[in-house]
Amino acid sequence: MAKHFLHDVAIVGIYSTPQARVLENHDSETITVAACKGAMEDAGLGPADIDGVAAGGKAAPLIYWLRNGPAWRSMSPPSIPALLQAAAAIAAGQCHTVLVADGMAGVYTQRQSTAPWTRPSNEFVLSYGMFTAAEFALIARRHMHLYGTTPEQLATVSATIRNNGHVHPDAIYQGRGPFTPDDILASRMVADPFHLLDCAMTSEGGCAMVLTNAQRAKDLPNKPIWILGGSGETFGPAYQHPPQWSLSGRSGEINGLVGKRVAQQAFGMAGVTHSDIDVCEFYDPFSFEIIRQFEAFGFCEEGEGGDFVMDGRIEVGGEFPVTTDGGVMSFSHGGAAVQQLQRVTRAVEQLRGTCLSRQVSEATVAMASNGGAGALFSDVVVLGSEQPA
Amino acid sequence: MLQPQKPGIPLPAPSLVTQPFWDGCRAGELRYQRCQDCGAITMNPSPACSSCFGTNLGWEVSAGKGEIYSYTVVWRPQTPAFEVPYVPAVVELDEGFPLMSAIVGCEVDDVKVGMRVKAVFEEMSEEITLIYFEPAT
Ligand SMILES: [Zn+2]
Repeated sequence: MAKHFLHDVAIVGIYSTPQARVLENHDSETITVAACKGAMEDAGLGPADIDGVAAGGKAAPLIYWLRNGPAWRSMSPPSIPALLQAAAAIAAGQCHTVLVADGMAGVYTQRQSTAPWTRPSNEFVLSYGMFTAAEFALIARRHMHLYGTTPEQLATVSATIRNNGHVHPDAIYQGRGPFTPDDILASRMVADPFHLLDCAMTSEGGCAMVLTNAQRAKDLPNKPIWILGGSGETFGPAYQHPPQWSLSGRSGEINGLVGKRVAQQAFGMAGVTHSDIDVCEFYDPFSFEIIRQFEAFGFCEEGEGGDFVMDGRIEVGGEFPVTTDGGVMSFSHGGAAVQQLQRVTRAVEQLRGTCLSRQVSEATVAMASNGGAGALFSDVVVLGSEQPA
Repeated sequence: MLQPQKPGIPLPAPSLVTQPFWDGCRAGELRYQRCQDCGAITMNPSPACSSCFGTNLGWEVSAGKGEIYSYTVVWRPQTPAFEVPYVPAVVELDEGFPLMSAIVGCEVDDVKVGMRVKAVFEEMSEEITLIYFEPAT
């Protein structure tokens, strides 16, 4: 395995707060602080040990509340982009231990409308009643037209992920299943081809993690989980331009396969290939997005994703288990970034071997992703249980 | 029968760059940008050409005809101001650019990818007229 400078950075602490449809007595600030406290405790560290914070718009407030300034900070989206930026800063010696955090509560109060973070305000989509489900549905419909992808294949993804949440003790929809694909297809239509159970939920919660360098990681209580590679890309702003499968830039790459280049980069940095991936903690805003990511990340060819997810392949025990805690369909969808960060913390749990349910036996390499073609972006990270030599 | 939405839905706030597009809608025209240097089309309206990144952009009028690239039937409205079902769609115009809009003038079950459509305009306020598409017969 070729050495990459990111291989000297490890995730040493993770924590998700309790997640709920509504968290009483919390707002976005208090739940983010709760997440930070939990992640530092898990890492065996305190405020004095942290010299960097990556938390989007909350980075500067957190540095003030921690009283650990002057400190390195990142205002990147506090999900995979912030994680990768923090890892690069640690590797570059700009800081040694970074808290990556996000949380949201008390934001979604008008329940007759879709959640505020799903409703774009751009002038070219606003008046056509667009929201995230409709944006992603336009991508899915085009794929179905081009490749004959079926509602049953979408429903198989939904049932698999929701069943993972069904057995997870901390999932908001724990105990709501089990689901068959027919159950998914019987739920009411939201934005054709997406039924209610093909879509993410809305909820509240916080999540945080702590990254540090290899030298410091040795002295900490948890088994370090190593950053093997990662990258991110976008075709433009989400929810402004027509979400087309065939949207392309000068390179000729298409939005339908957004994430293809970053997966190639991440695998290259990690020195791994698809068959090395034990767990696929892919972001699951809508069922089709899982099918699309298997194509974009090169696990199968464009157009083959619908067949690829069938026959138990993406269940725990199958070849490529996906989104093993129930994801945003069943575990939690706390807001804009927190639930994307949870793809990474779940991958860490899998590699530590500490999952409360659906532990993949002897998992050593995991891939986590954020984003999707409906939003024109994709971010991925590949994690490992062993530091590359 | 799918209809345009009624006034009361959220409406666009045009910018310096996009105002000519919305002026076009008020005049019953679909206007799009064409680069005066390289001839490339740019949509949505942008401050620079999508091909040469030049800023010498002019406006032309589309024939308003094209086909449905993709669509969705929405049953859970974005806000209560919207009447369901409605059918957001990406329309590929014959001039060679896509536009986000919605389909009206037919039944939900009639909408198909590849269906030929033509632009229709619906006044929503003094400032804003929206563009929709209906089946081209
Ligand atoms: Zn030009």
